[in-house]
Amino acid sequence: MALTEHVVMRELDIPGIGDFDIYRQHGGWDAYCVAVKEQTPAAVVAVVKEAGLRGRGGAGFPTGVKWGFLPKGVYPRYLLCNCDESEPGTFNNHQIIDNNPHQLVEGVAISAYAVEANTAYIYMRGEFAAAARTLEAAIARAYAEGLLGKNILGSGYDLDIHVHRGAGAYICGEETALMESLEGKIGQPRLKPPFPAVAGLYGKPTIINNVETLTNVPMILQKGVAWYRQFGTEKSPGTKCFSLSGHVNRPGNYEIPFGLPLRELIYSPEYGGGMRDNRPVKIIIPGGASAPWLTGDKLDVTLDYEALAGAGTMLGSGAVIVLNDTVQAPHLAYKMDEFFKHESCGKCTPCREGTHWLVKTLHRMTEEGHAYAEDIPTLHSIYGQMAGNCFCLLGESAVMPIKSALRLFPQEFEQLVTQNGNGQHNGKHPIALESVR
Amino acid sequence: MPDVNVTIDGVRVAVPVGTNVVDAARMVQTAIPVFCYHPRLKPAGMCRMCLVQIGTPKVDPATRQPVLDENGQPVIAMMPKLQTGCTTPVSEGMVVKTVTEEVAAAQKGVLEFLLTSHPLDCPVCDKGGECPLQNLTMQWGPGKSRFDYNDKVHFEKPVKLGDLIYLDRERCILCSRCVRFQDDIADDPVLGFDMRGRNWQIISKSEPGFDSKFSGNTTDICPVGALTSADFRFKARVWELESKPAVCTLCPVGCNVSLDMRHDELMRVMPRENAAVNDIWICDKGRFGHRFIASSDRLTTPLIRRNGTLQPATWEQALQLVAEKFAAVLSSSGPQAVGGIAAPRLSNEDLYTFQKFMRQLGSDNLDHRVGAPGAPVLDDLVADVGVGVGTDLNALGQGTTVIVVGADPEEEAPVYMLRLRAIAERGGHLVVANLRPTKLDRSATLRLRYGLNRDIAFARALLKAVHEQVAFQNLNARTQPG
Repeated sequence: MALTEHVVMRELDIPGIGDFDIYRQHGGWDAYCVAVKEQTPAAVVAVVKEAGLRGRGGAGFPTGVKWGFLPKGVYPRYLLCNCDESEPGTFNNHQIIDNNPHQLVEGVAISAYAVEANTAYIYMRGEFAAAARTLEAAIARAYAEGLLGKNILGSGYDLDIHVHRGAGAYICGEETALMESLEGKIGQPRLKPPFPAVAGLYGKPTIINNVETLTNVPMILQKGVAWYRQFGTEKSPGTKCFSLSGHVNRPGNYEIPFGLPLRELIYSPEYGGGMRDNRPVKIIIPGGASAPWLTGDKLDVTLDYEALAGAGTMLGSGAVIVLNDTVQAPHLAYKMDEFFKHESCGKCTPCREGTHWLVKTLHRMTEEGHAYAEDIPTLHSIYGQMAGNCFCLLGESAVMPIKSALRLFPQEFEQLVTQNGNGQHNGKHPIALESVR
Repeated sequence: MPDVNVTIDGVRVAVPVGTNVVDAARMVQTAIPVFCYHPRLKPAGMCRMCLVQIGTPKVDPATRQPVLDENGQPVIAMMPKLQTGCTTPVSEGMVVKTVTEEVAAAQKGVLEFLLTSHPLDCPVCDKGGECPLQNLTMQWGPGKSRFDYNDKVHFEKPVKLGDLIYLDRERCILCSRCVRFQDDIADDPVLGFDMRGRNWQIISKSEPGFDSKFSGNTTDICPVGALTSADFRFKARVWELESKPAVCTLCPVGCNVSLDMRHDELMRVMPRENAAVNDIWICDKGRFGHRFIASSDRLTTPLIRRNGTLQPATWEQALQLVAEKFAAVLSSSGPQAVGGIAAPRLSNEDLYTFQKFMRQLGSDNLDHRVGAPGAPVLDDLVADVGVGVGTDLNALGQGTTVIVVGADPEEEAPVYMLRLRAIAERGGHLVVANLRPTKLDRSATLRLRYGLNRDIAFARALLKAVHEQVAFQNLNARTQPG
């Protein structure tokens, strides 16, 4: 059953919600006005905590709890909205901004008030030029309406929101690399601790939340905790915008309550509409390129943080990539690790050199048609030398594709070795990855 | 500072709060290999060479008391992942394991990774023989690489970062020691990074390139042969060199240096650690300003004036002549008829020897000043109340005030600038008084300006104010002659 009422993708309920006036007519900015005029920041934090909102960027950490980590009495503080959206397979932030930008801006404003920040930055991936203009227009309108700026609605609260476009690096989605980039430095992760809540942007206490997380906040305040908790599960309340891609009939963003089985997302006519050409599901990557893979028989796993963790993977950014049996696991691992190699910042040795070596070997095995028996233990040990030893999660993520492929489909690697061994190989990989929409 | 007890490979040791695991291990003679970590720089945790297993006492969440096993010993909860020792401060009861199978695999893995990019051109590399990458590979690395590609990183080789320093990007292992030295110690943030991934590389951001008076130090702390100096490049193999301890005489700091000689030829000047003077740094003047020693314009033998012209002589002849002249004056007019003037640039050791010699002759007529008689005696005053015997620059920090009057240390005594900066970094007050801004102003906690030629007036006024206030008794006692 598709949702009859959405939390984030409300353009499906209210056509034209991207227009400020229509957003306002449907209660938009009301929650913010009430908060600023009548509620204490702590009260707003308490509501978000009670609603059980969890960060949608990947880690799934409870948002209200995160806000509580700020050291008391240290100012200025900053609120950052992470719109670097660059996890392969993830594309919901862009759609939120295209269709429902005012709710995001209101979410940023409420959250900034809640954490007592007078400045908020929306850090956008460099490629999102059009989306940045949309947001800038939405922010300008909010200023014009007196919702942002100095002494908002006579409350004494000041807030400025800035949009900043990065230069298009995956690593800048990592919170500390994002801050480095925002400060004008090279986008590379910082040593933790100190954590951003203690010393983040410009060394000041900083909260950083994902676009989808912040877009949830106005609805939680406007409609209440009980309304919000009717969606999802006890531990994963609310809804999630899943970005469904791969060999499904209807790829796209679908907002569904947490806890739906994978089968329904893929096969329901309201969502994925089944597999193209009715081919079987071979591999599901449920949380973006960084998530361990599931095999096609895991369709009953439900889409919530706990169930996916139980299945040995993670919900991550909610990018569900579904691949059919035309895809060769070694080739898929090669393509995904090539992404991580390209995006490796170079700061730490295992990620910088490990991704290079992985890709080099996988390219030879899958594209050049030269695979040797010793490649398989070598691949195992390369990712083993990376896993747990990298500076940040990028290197750890790069381990997932190759580790998953070797664990779930070892026979395909052995087959590559055999093909090479009997001299039948034509030097070109027989089955290239079918184009993935 | 209070100590915390840690156990490193079974050895218990008490180390000061705030010590990191790598330094704590060194205190019990346990070497944790490092590339990016340097004891003088803030840890970066980038190279991943210092991965070790770390555990802390398990704490009962209810009682907040350590959980004890059946023998009454605290139960240690080991962290699931290896941790970088350089970025982990010690804590009470911490257990560190540096020689387990997991640690050995990680160390071997990191070295294998580093060597997949490194050109291994050791036979033509100036660092060969004193190279941490060579040494650590011998001790912790794999015997051979499984990286079967002819696929080292290739760059133009080398590039000039500035007039003095060359960068070989192929050899660079991207530890950022040089960048952090320039940012944190030298306060010349002129190095940075460009590109990313395997193409990540060091660049100079200044015009002219590598614009710093301390650039040579980066070649010392570079753990590979990526940074080499124009002065020493391809001059000698380090194992041919014999290091002679010396003191640099080019400025008043008196940095401890070693003169690295090949036979009788000076090949390079290196810093010699002395915490009280220059720590482990020297300035580029001291490091590179030694070519005059081999200049053909220099006097290389004594000259004796005979019949109105200076003629070469042997040292024996010259010393004989001087001794005869001294003897003649002493016997005719007594010891008070001789005196000695020594150049103020000489080291303390040279000056000590000189005065000892004069006093042996029976003369107290000694001086080192090159000004006119009656010139201001500020020098003497500084010797009494400034940096004198027993001053430990390392101990100065929080709770001390340093006043710098009319000096531009970066130009006049470069290494003092590093020491003064460090005092300010440690929380000391640094008052910089000058008629114009200097680079030290950046580190100052208080900046004062006075007019042209007003420095002595300023100093006297300051002393007067001090006299009139709290320190009158002490200062008076210390500045009275005798």
